[in-house]
Amino acid sequence: MSAPVFKMLTANRLRDGDVLYRKGGGWVLTLAEADLYADAPAAEAALAQAEAELAQNIVVAPYLFDVRQEDGAVRPVKEREIIRAAGPTVRPDTGKQATA
Amino acid sequence: MNAPFPAPVAPNMYRYDEFDARFVGERVEQFAGQVARRLKGELTEDQFKPLRLMNGLYLQLHAYMLRVAVPYGTLSSRQIRKLAHIARTYDKGFGHFTTRQNLQFNWIKLVDVPAILRELADVEMHCIQTSGNCVRNVTADQFAGATPEEIEDPRPLAEIIRQWSSLHPEFVFLARKFKIAVGATPHDRAALQFHDMAVEVVRNAEGRVGYKVMAGGGMGRTPYIAHVMREFVEREDILAYLEAVLRVYNQDSRRDNIHKQRIKILINAIGPEEMRRRVDREFQELKRMGTLQLPREELDRITAYFAPPAFETGLPDTLPEAGPDFANWTRTNVHPHRAPGYAIATITLKTIGQVPGDCSAEQLDVIADIMDEFSLGEVRVTHEQNLVLPHVRKKDLPAIFAKLQELDFAAPNAGLITDIIACPGLDYCDLANARSIPVAQAIARKFADLDRQHEIGELKIKISGCINACGHHHAGHIGILGVDKKGVEFYQLLLGGSGAEDASIGEIMGPGFGEHDIADAVERVVGVYLAQRRPEERFLDTYRRIGMAPFKQAAFQKEAA
Repeated sequence: MSAPVFKMLTANRLRDGDVLYRKGGGWVLTLAEADLYADAPAAEAALAQAEAELAQNIVVAPYLFDVRQEDGAVRPVKEREIIRAAGPTVRPDTGKQATA
Repeated sequence: MNAPFPAPVAPNMYRYDEFDARFVGERVEQFAGQVARRLKGELTEDQFKPLRLMNGLYLQLHAYMLRVAVPYGTLSSRQIRKLAHIARTYDKGFGHFTTRQNLQFNWIKLVDVPAILRELADVEMHCIQTSGNCVRNVTADQFAGATPEEIEDPRPLAEIIRQWSSLHPEFVFLARKFKIAVGATPHDRAALQFHDMAVEVVRNAEGRVGYKVMAGGGMGRTPYIAHVMREFVEREDILAYLEAVLRVYNQDSRRDNIHKQRIKILINAIGPEEMRRRVDREFQELKRMGTLQLPREELDRITAYFAPPAFETGLPDTLPEAGPDFANWTRTNVHPHRAPGYAIATITLKTIGQVPGDCSAEQLDVIADIMDEFSLGEVRVTHEQNLVLPHVRKKDLPAIFAKLQELDFAAPNAGLITDIIACPGLDYCDLANARSIPVAQAIARKFADLDRQHEIGELKIKISGCINACGHHHAGHIGILGVDKKGVEFYQLLLGGSGAEDASIGEIMGPGFGEHDIADAVERVVGVYLAQRRPEERFLDTYRRIGMAPFKQAAFQKEAA
């Protein structure tokens, strides 16, 4: 049986495009630090709040994505989000993986 | 010792006049203002997005990406050094040459974009119309002005088209993007028939030079080969004719469905005959008005920028002996030049294991030095993500090869199975469904043995990470399309495509392969070719003769076992 699916919220920082993840009422740089939403209402509420904050011009393009928690670690369900969280698989010297 | 070329003041390429410089400068400041307003919140993202796209700025998977226009793929050493400087100063030390002869920076900060655009303007470069629903960067044969095959240099026409289509008031908000390519040889190196519109320099039965115009080609979700709109357009009528094609497209294309907005959909919906009739009606009207006649003196003025360099005479016209590695390189990467004693040299950015098309700032700087010392300060970008030194003395080739070896850019594989086109794919692109680059690397490693590559001969592999087909998978002898299968990367094989003069659309083999199986499947397909080919047959020829079935059977052999 596969691990339950949670939601996380991500966006890009307006001024430099960096990938951010939602934590509390703010944003953090790494997926590992971010909030997990256990159910759809909580996830949708976080997204609605982030969209309401767009006028503050901190982030752009917020959206939810699926993750699983396995062996204590959070891992996105889709390859796209795994790569987004780490950086290009062909350039480990770039992206968040470079400073991990 | 050979005396190097004196460092040229400027290569034989178009140079901005006062109007160009003012236009680009004003556009930079306009966009700088828009960036400032966005950062202050005076523009919403919805308002800003079309503005940034018209200036080549995307928001990708990890960061902003800035696409720099390289008109018809021509760059001077000064421009290359500026690109190196930008890569080093504002990016992560490298850039990526694309399948539209442009260069992309993958790690750009929005706050830095105005400064970058000012730096680009200093060397007569910009990012205008490298994205958005407008006429994109005009591409051309990378051997233009150097190959003995051509009727005439197509770059003057490409430059005239660039000027005509830059901020053309009627065509700034087209239904979708519009890509134009120009060529002048029977051997098509510019994938003309896969463009929205293409112009081929031709000679008619009376021996007069004019233009064959094609339209409605394209890749993406619905691939089509272009239809000939008119076999021969007189020189002075070419802008009127191109304008007529674009006007019909702009007026009659669908704007209600993003998948049906390209000119290929319009032409194939109404039929090429009807399209020709509509274009002809507009063309006659434009001719009657006479405002778009191309004066001979204007064509001559632009052509003068591209006048052939003063080639040395009396040079040795044989390739030097410089060892087996050099001989292997010249076999695939060196092509005949129009001037005795000269050659065209291709630098494949495809050393085994490299990211196709990537180039570091340090490599760019050394390439600029090579350009100045050996190639009259000029380089061309190819749609196959390589670089070309268009004018090199044959006697200098060993020295060039030695410098390329130091750069790790001396792969002797132009046109061979490891000279693979790959889009950025899911490693960078927000639209991608699967990675392209690691697949290209895995295939290149599998076929790294040079003797094996030579045994296989010409075989073009082209890989896209999504249906948008930036990696030209429809036109690959072997095409690979990455798809998302329930969150996992999956790869479809296509066989029999060609982007050359014998253009064809690849046929999908059927179910796809996993990330770790696709390179092995390609190897089994190649094995069928080697077993079944006849003398002188390329992979494409064998495929066209024997069809999909034996290849498909072999490709899935392991899965069936």
